[in-house]
Amino acid sequence: MRYGLQELDGIARALRARIIETSHRTGTPHLGSCLSCVDILTTLYFQVLNVDPERPSHPERDRFILSKGHGAPALFQVLAMRGFYPEAMLESFGEDGSYFGEHPPTPQHVPGIEAATGSLGHGLSMALGMALSARILRRSHRVFALLSDGECNEGTVWEAAMFAAAQKIDRLAIVVDFNKWQATDRSEKVMALSPLVDKWLAFGWSACEVDGHDLKALMDVLSRVPDGSGKPVAVIASTIKGKGVSFMEDDNNWHYRIPTASEVISAKNELRVPA
Amino acid sequence: MRNAFADEVTKLAVEDQRVVLLSGDIGNNLFEEFKASSEKRFFNCGVAEANMMGVAAGLALNGLRPIVYTITPFTTTRCLEQIRDDVCYHDVPVIIVGTGAGLSYAELGPTHHSCEDIAILRSLPGMTVLCPCDSVEVRLMLRESLKHDGPIYMRIGKKGEPAVHETLPALKIGQSITMRQGNDVCLLSTGNVMPMVLEAADSLEKQGISVCVESFHTVKPLDTKRLGEVFRRYRIVGAVEEHNQIGGFASAIAEWVTAQEGPLARLVGFSLADRFLHEVGSQRYARERLGLTAQVLVDGIRRRHNAL
Repeated sequence: MRYGLQELDGIARALRARIIETSHRTGTPHLGSCLSCVDILTTLYFQVLNVDPERPSHPERDRFILSKGHGAPALFQVLAMRGFYPEAMLESFGEDGSYFGEHPPTPQHVPGIEAATGSLGHGLSMALGMALSARILRRSHRVFALLSDGECNEGTVWEAAMFAAAQKIDRLAIVVDFNKWQATDRSEKVMALSPLVDKWLAFGWSACEVDGHDLKALMDVLSRVPDGSGKPVAVIASTIKGKGVSFMEDDNNWHYRIPTASEVISAKNELRVPA
Repeated sequence: MRNAFADEVTKLAVEDQRVVLLSGDIGNNLFEEFKASSEKRFFNCGVAEANMMGVAAGLALNGLRPIVYTITPFTTTRCLEQIRDDVCYHDVPVIIVGTGAGLSYAELGPTHHSCEDIAILRSLPGMTVLCPCDSVEVRLMLRESLKHDGPIYMRIGKKGEPAVHETLPALKIGQSITMRQGNDVCLLSTGNVMPMVLEAADSLEKQGISVCVESFHTVKPLDTKRLGEVFRRYRIVGAVEEHNQIGGFASAIAEWVTAQEGPLARLVGFSLADRFLHEVGSQRYARERLGLTAQVLVDGIRRRHNAL
């Protein structure tokens, strides 16, 4: 273990503050979606993924694809904090000519990015291709992808699920950021997602549900990939959209709303991050 | 062309350990030899083409050379967004092969026709579009494609097409091949219509019109050097394709023409009518119904030539 739980919690709170500040400064939406996956990203990048910011293209690195590409403002902050590039680089976020925007760019532009995403339902297939490449090239790295629950509306997610199961590709894992909301409504109401764990089980995956804000629980389950079942792993992370700020939590207006200056101050107070 | 593809890809996979073949549950008994020699690099991806294309992009992003193969509509329009976002946007070397291009599968109906693919695929940034005219071009092109570092779309026919090339031509992506010399008009042909174009050329020769024929196997990037030569040497240049008249090979040349200066040959497009064919029949029948026959070529060229 590289970091204690207390340190990880501090990192996650600092990340949330930076994401909120950047949203305010640049007018970038999807704040609720970013905040719901901060603990997952923190656990992956600071505890689970075998990555080296000094050697971001190392062939044996673990791969991570943000399939829910609209979480890019969160991913960019995590990569900076993990040391893939100086945090000062993010000052250009959203400016003309910057590569830091609402979705991840192609890999050659930002160290640590494995695939450009934005249209939902693409990341898992690309992750599966990378996992198959590891098998062909006899590499032992793992591939992780983070999906949103709304993204599970996409048929390609289930195409990939069946193909991964058929290939018994056990070095592939997904986390579903199950915050129960999609852009305009409750995800359950739109597409009857439940029972989500059972769906992944039925599709031939090893699947479990976990509290997506419990760093210890996330660490435990994500560190066990491959999990010995010979199957790909699906972690359904139960989360709260807008997690960490009382007036944003489970309020879907924050899918698009931009915080005001005073809301940023209130949020940082709640997060115990100095203004 | 299909069997030549299967044979050549089998050889290439033995020579180059990066080659991975992805098939969309197609090619019954076609890839047995590939599976025997390169088993770990063959994937039947099922009837799930969008996932197959994303998987190919993932393989290519990690250093492999995936070749995606299924029937043309399913490897193009079915998974267009994956081709656009995962393959072209990432600019990775995925070779997309569509079998049954144009009206090759006329008897299967419009769901299996592919007369819009050139238009759609060539509009994607970074995409190379190849239309081999026979098995010889299929083999050579596949080899050349593996040397190319970006996305490639290759539309091939079915099985049993006539061989056009009697000897092995020097084939390079983006460089047309002169099939026969001629003095009066020039016919640029792309893909599987070449035998029909040569038949038309024979007929025109008998009527005293000397025809140059070029195999424009690469629709994107166009061989602009050769276009410059033929459009300045001849007064009539025909462009022939088994593709909708909108957006295909003839359209690509028309786009090039609009950017030129000075006197140029008159461009005549020979393509398919812009409609679905509801009746089944042979490929020959389907071409005829959609307005593409050797006689149409002969009449169209002769009329314009005589008016000069």
